Amino acid sequence: MATQTAVSEQKETTTGGFDWGLALTVVSGVLMLAALFMALVWAPDAANLKAPAERAAQRIFYFHVPSAWIGFLAFIVAAGASVMYLVTRRQKWDIWALSSVEIGVAFFAMVMLSGPIWAKPTWNVWWTWDPRLTISTISWLLYIGYMMLRGAVDNPDRQARFAAVYAIIAAMSIPINWMAIRWWRTIHPAVVLPGNNSAAQGGFGMTGSIATTLIFCVVAFTVFYAALMYHRIKLENLKRRVDTLRQKILYR
Amino acid sequence: MNCASSTTAMLPQTELNVAESVEDTAPPAQATAVPPGGIAAYARKVLAIVGKDVAAEIRTKEMISAMVVFSLLIILIFNFAFDLRAENLNTVAPGVLWVSIAFAGMLGLSRSFILELDRGVLDGLLLTPVDRSAIYFGKMLGNVLFIGVVEVIILPVFVILFNQSASALPLLVGVVVLGTIGFASVGTLFSAMAVHTRAREVLLPIMLFPVVIPVMLSAVRLTSGILDRLPFEDVSHWLVLLIAFDAIFIAASFMLFEYVVEE
Repeated sequence: MATQTAVSEQKETTTGGFDWGLALTVVSGVLMLAALFMALVWAPDAANLKAPAERAAQRIFYFHVPSAWIGFLAFIVAAGASVMYLVTRRQKWDIWALSSVEIGVAFFAMVMLSGPIWAKPTWNVWWTWDPRLTISTISWLLYIGYMMLRGAVDNPDRQARFAAVYAIIAAMSIPINWMAIRWWRTIHPAVVLPGNNSAAQGGFGMTGSIATTLIFCVVAFTVFYAALMYHRIKLENLKRRVDTLRQKILYR
Repeated sequence: MNCASSTTAMLPQTELNVAESVEDTAPPAQATAVPPGGIAAYARKVLAIVGKDVAAEIRTKEMISAMVVFSLLIILIFNFAFDLRAENLNTVAPGVLWVSIAFAGMLGLSRSFILELDRGVLDGLLLTPVDRSAIYFGKMLGNVLFIGVVEVIILPVFVILFNQSASALPLLVGVVVLGTIGFASVGTLFSAMAVHTRAREVLLPIMLFPVVIPVMLSAVRLTSGILDRLPFEDVSHWLVLLIAFDAIFIAASFMLFEYVVEE
């Protein structure tokens, strides 16, 4: 029964007159290219950074910050979809949650990689126990746990239920973790950032084209996330449809 | 003979499953409503489940003895790992205490639902005319109790080995109880999920530790506050966090448990 709904949903997406998927893909591709151009060429060097390595590394921040934003957005979407799944029991929401977590984990991996590359020339260390770094890593591990949980449960109905329960608990734990880790590190003034901008430790206030570039990148990444979601959901629908068809043939 | 007994054990179990799923289609919403018979009847049901777990443990004694020995071993291993001397004792001691409690607790939690599942007890429990949340609270209190027994044994050992004054004990007990409740609240929920996974208890620490970091952090902070005799105002926010975590995650697990065991 559940797989039936997946099949019908699949039909819905293919019979629409206007191809939203294609449009979304093209728009996000153009936006990402523009974001790349703005981040690497158009945005000026940060005025206060002297060392060339620091100036080059500063440009990572145009992709680092949007990636972190998408990471958290993806987990919020996953938690919302999980609540919807437990309430409505429609497979669609399970697919939403699963897709969103996978994309979020990928974006968080980018955050984890780009962060140290920026931090080494700027802070002179790859890693500090700053609340932001710690909470990002914990969230990343939480959602890797989500994917491992999914992989370890065979029964599809149970898999969806367990994953939804876990996603809700994980999403609830993130703000509490955040608070705890912030309190834990306020003893160390050197790593606690005064403003709400994670680049502030590098010591610049954002103005003009730097701010414009960052905002543009956040928008471009959000559209990119939507495009990825569209394709991942479509892929999962197709996968489940293939499973249904295969079972139909096997047990005919 | 062995084979025959296992088939006879299987048969009624599958029948139970069928009967249960029929009954289950009606009211999952009713589970969160006020249980019939008032608070006293509800508490009796919860205590009956705790009593069942305690009776099973008293007969086998396999879990608590393993947990106690394991937690003592962790305290000893930390001694080698950190080269504990008098000057760094107080900075390391709270961490050692909580890591040993968390690991021993993990050992207990991972077994918590395996016995239920292996011998078909969970199906029996779900069949009883008891609210699902009563099963959750029963299992959770059982887990708190088992971890508590371990703590009763390791706390004096900890005080002696780490050269702390016994006057710190009453406050320590309070922190340990709150920390254990927080740990067991999510732990019981996740344990019920982990037994249905392919790797069983392997997945439990991966799911549980990132979620209970606030518990560990605030418990460690409070413990070091007690050991260093800090004024209460310096650590009161950690106490608030610990209590808030306990409340939030008991409520969340209580609501989500019925989704984990329904089938």
